[in-house]
Amino acid sequence: MNIDSISNGVVLDHIQSGKSMEIYQHLHLDRLDCQVAIIKNARSAHMGRKDIIKIDSPMELDLDVLGYIDASITVNIIRDGKLKEKKHLELPQRLVNVIRCKNPRCITTAEPQLDAVFLLSDPERHTYRCAYCETALDKQF
Amino acid sequence: MPRNIIDVIDLSVAEIDQLIATAEDIIANPVKYQDACAHKQLATLFFEPSTRTRLSFESAMLALGGSVLGFSEANSSSAAKGETVGDTVHTVSCYADIIAMRHPKEGAPYAAAQFSEVPIINAGDGGHNHPTQTLTDLLTIHREKGRLDGFTIGFCGDLKFGRTVHSLVNALSRYGNINFVLISPEELKLPRYVKEQSLKPKGIPYTQTTDLESVIPQLDILYMTRVQRERFFNEEDYLRLKDSYILTPEKLRSAKPDLSILHPLPRVNEIAVAVDKDPRAAYWKQVKNGKFIRMALILKLLGIEV
Repeated sequence: MNIDSISNGVVLDHIQSGKSMEIYQHLHLDRLDCQVAIIKNARSAHMGRKDIIKIDSPMELDLDVLGYIDASITVNIIRDGKLKEKKHLELPQRLVNVIRCKNPRCITTAEPQLDAVFLLSDPERHTYRCAYCETALDKQF
Repeated sequence: MPRNIIDVIDLSVAEIDQLIATAEDIIANPVKYQDACAHKQLATLFFEPSTRTRLSFESAMLALGGSVLGFSEANSSSAAKGETVGDTVHTVSCYADIIAMRHPKEGAPYAAAQFSEVPIINAGDGGHNHPTQTLTDLLTIHREKGRLDGFTIGFCGDLKFGRTVHSLVNALSRYGNINFVLISPEELKLPRYVKEQSLKPKGIPYTQTTDLESVIPQLDILYMTRVQRERFFNEEDYLRLKDSYILTPEKLRSAKPDLSILHPLPRVNEIAVAVDKDPRAAYWKQVKNGKFIRMALILKLLGIEV
């Protein structure tokens, strides 16, 4: 299967197999006019199988969202057909408006216009706590 | 950015020790502090009813020579018209030098602090935090025992929804050599996250039991709590659990002679009125201490040294 290489854009590599559609949705890639290729179950010496997303246009990505969804993803920035930058992700310390608190007693439930802020409380378990009420939310993805 | 107190751990151990020292000095020399906050205004924004906490804050500010303004229920504020917490606090911070705020929603003071130009003190946010009650408890323990370490403390009653318990466990976990005994029905046990955050990482010993009488002889401090109707979604659960633990003179017979009995109040029936006459009952002194520690906190946040 051949997918054209891109000259200016972004390649998201090392996505866990089967997770590419979630990333597509969370990054709102459906709103783009450019070509977007989703490659599922590509062979990987390191992962066995992986997903890849190629975006044929330069764009600013929310690396916090990506890091939260899957910190093992590699972000390759392509310019003039060449790899300009390779970014490795990590779990973000702070998430703003990525997930919402599910505690019905939390002020962000009563006042949804407030920024939903979560802070990383346990990196090993990928647990985040609401900055307002401290309710824990295990990683959803 | 003004300094806010949303959670008791916003204060370092050194700062808490300093607040206790200031409160002790206020108790010993009240006249010295009577004009310390002259021309300063405290706003008490109580979106939920309260007797002790609101009046304690107001009494504290008045005793410092300051004045108070505010409201005592959400219906008498613009919250009834749908105003957000942020807008209410932004408005009030134009009128007052410091704000004490109680709100039924958890995290409301944290939200408010983002919109305030003056210090915010969390005076209780739902079942979450109540830092000035914790400071009151710490001052009371310090006055009763002369120290904040080296004792066995029992927490009894509603340890699940009791915010004062969560905060005090957290605060005491920063002091040394304390043994925690957690006494509650199965349904109202201390939440796992409190144990995982405050006790387990520091290797602090704790035991959990459903039987108050079997552990009362080993306690130096007994912290009683009320089963809170307002924290239950289900009235049946409340009715089933509300009489789980009632402290009576009979149960106290096997307790140490120097036990200190604390309760954040209000009580319903979990401490029999007859216990009030027992010299080990410290909960009325605790009420009084609440005013002094709030005086110390107001002085600190306003940056006033006496």
